[in-house]
Amino acid sequence: MIQSLSIINRQLSIKCENITKTYNKGELLAVDDVSFAVEKGELFGLIGPDGAGKTSIFRILTTVLLADKGTATVAGFDVVDDYRAIRNRVGYMPGKFSLYQDLTIKENLEFFATVFGTTIEENYELIKDIYDQIKPFNNRRAGKLSGGMKQKLALCCALIHKPEVLLLDEPTTGVDVVSRKEFWDMLKKLKQQGITILVSTPYMDEANLCERIALIQNGKILSVDTPQNIIKAFPVSLYAAKADNIYKLLTDFRKSDFVASAYASGEYMHLTLKEDKPDSIRMLTQYAAQHGHSDAEIKKITPGIEDSFIRLMQQPN
Amino acid sequence: MEEKVITCRNLTKQFGNFYAVNNISFDVYRGEIFGFLGANGAGKTTAMRILCGLSFPSSGEASVAGFDVYRQQELIKQHIGYMSQKFSLYENLTVLENIEFFGGAYGISRKEINKRSEELVRKLGLQREAKKLVGELPLGWKQKLAFSVAIFHQPKIVFLDEPTGGVDPVTRRQFWDMIYEAAAAGITIFVTTHYMDEAEYCNRVTIMVDGKIEALDSPANLKKQFAANTVEDVFYKLARGAKRENSG
Repeated sequence: MIQSLSIINRQLSIKCENITKTYNKGELLAVDDVSFAVEKGELFGLIGPDGAGKTSIFRILTTVLLADKGTATVAGFDVVDDYRAIRNRVGYMPGKFSLYQDLTIKENLEFFATVFGTTIEENYELIKDIYDQIKPFNNRRAGKLSGGMKQKLALCCALIHKPEVLLLDEPTTGVDVVSRKEFWDMLKKLKQQGITILVSTPYMDEANLCERIALIQNGKILSVDTPQNIIKAFPVSLYAAKADNIYKLLTDFRKSDFVASAYASGEYMHLTLKEDKPDSIRMLTQYAAQHGHSDAEIKKITPGIEDSFIRLMQQPN
Repeated sequence: MEEKVITCRNLTKQFGNFYAVNNISFDVYRGEIFGFLGANGAGKTTAMRILCGLSFPSSGEASVAGFDVYRQQELIKQHIGYMSQKFSLYENLTVLENIEFFGGAYGISRKEINKRSEELVRKLGLQREAKKLVGELPLGWKQKLAFSVAIFHQPKIVFLDEPTGGVDPVTRRQFWDMIYEAAAAGITIFVTTHYMDEAEYCNRVTIMVDGKIEALDSPANLKKQFAANTVEDVFYKLARGAKRENSG
């Protein structure tokens, strides 16, 4: 039994068991009995809004914050007893840009390499693709870089000592769609090199780029699974509707007695029904027409992660 | 003829040799939800600062709520509302104190402030929190309150700079319900966002790339024009070619 456990432990890169963290003398519950495990080489996403507890979890895993309760290991080491071993084995990119603004790109890289007892050259292969994109500005101070370039430099610094585990706290927040796509492409390449990646994001659409995700809200984990399985677990049919006056369509549907939930979602609005019937689409179309939406288009759709999140959020525990 | 609340002709802002805003022209109509999108560094913030009366253009013309951006900056400020993700309310003032402060700053009478703040607190369901510090409220409530405070003086137009950043998906939608309601009441909404689904909620959307407006139309027409399925795809097609972000 003990032997098999230790084998499991070796394959896990991160393990959180019943982690709880409060602030203000227990008044503010930031992390509430959180458990999850990340396998070696996995790209795992922590998905949730601001204030969900994501950053507290990152700070506990990087050994810079102590949990009130629970245990956690990273790369097989305990976050309390073996914190030194962990610090040498993880790369951490905090949510807030934390490099030295007065140092240039090259100086920041050299600084972090020296701190970790290595050189830029030693693991150059790992950062090459990313570093090449910012190298033309080697002598520019970090404070003067654009958002996308800061992000790339921070990632290079987090990788400089070839960490086993990469911890990225909201690396794409406030970054435009193009830079976000580029960033996720970089993560995929790093994953191929065998690095375990735990990444957090408030953007639900990025969930699909992870192998497994934990949905988190108010310090509690709502669900842990692959994005596909979380979507599959959506328990009812989901309908999408649109019309010329979509806001009026939304308020009209909310007034009906058969709609359970109605909310905007991009070009369409999404609907769930109190009771699903085979001819629900016809019924919805009729109702829309009666309320002046003769142009309404209604169809059944596959939910997205955001639909699942909304549903899980609103479930009473 | 629809009433124009913002007009912009060949607006340009130059810093040395750098054209942060490069010859942009557009109109925004009363009650419209106008999405102002662009890659990081495209010039959105600079353009918004000019339209809010905080910065002078280098050349071109613009008027906001009927006031000129060169000569009537103070009048512009009185007739617009502004809210951003980063700063909007005083965290160490209570809900009511914040309303009072901003109401007073915009010159609303005490009697009127008292009457309307009561209504507002009730509408937001914040009766129990009215005397709590804003810093103690969850982010979603703060943002909803900040929006309400930004339109408390019933401005012609409200500028929203990434108002929903980091907010949970349910609150984000409640926020957009408030935007729709304000627009229906005749307030013009000028909004920036990184959530591309929110771009679809706008009546019209502009996409800025390297200081220029590369596209301006309704989401449906933009998708048609660029043969794309979503506004996100349109954005990606246009912004991928941006020079500034990559060259710094």
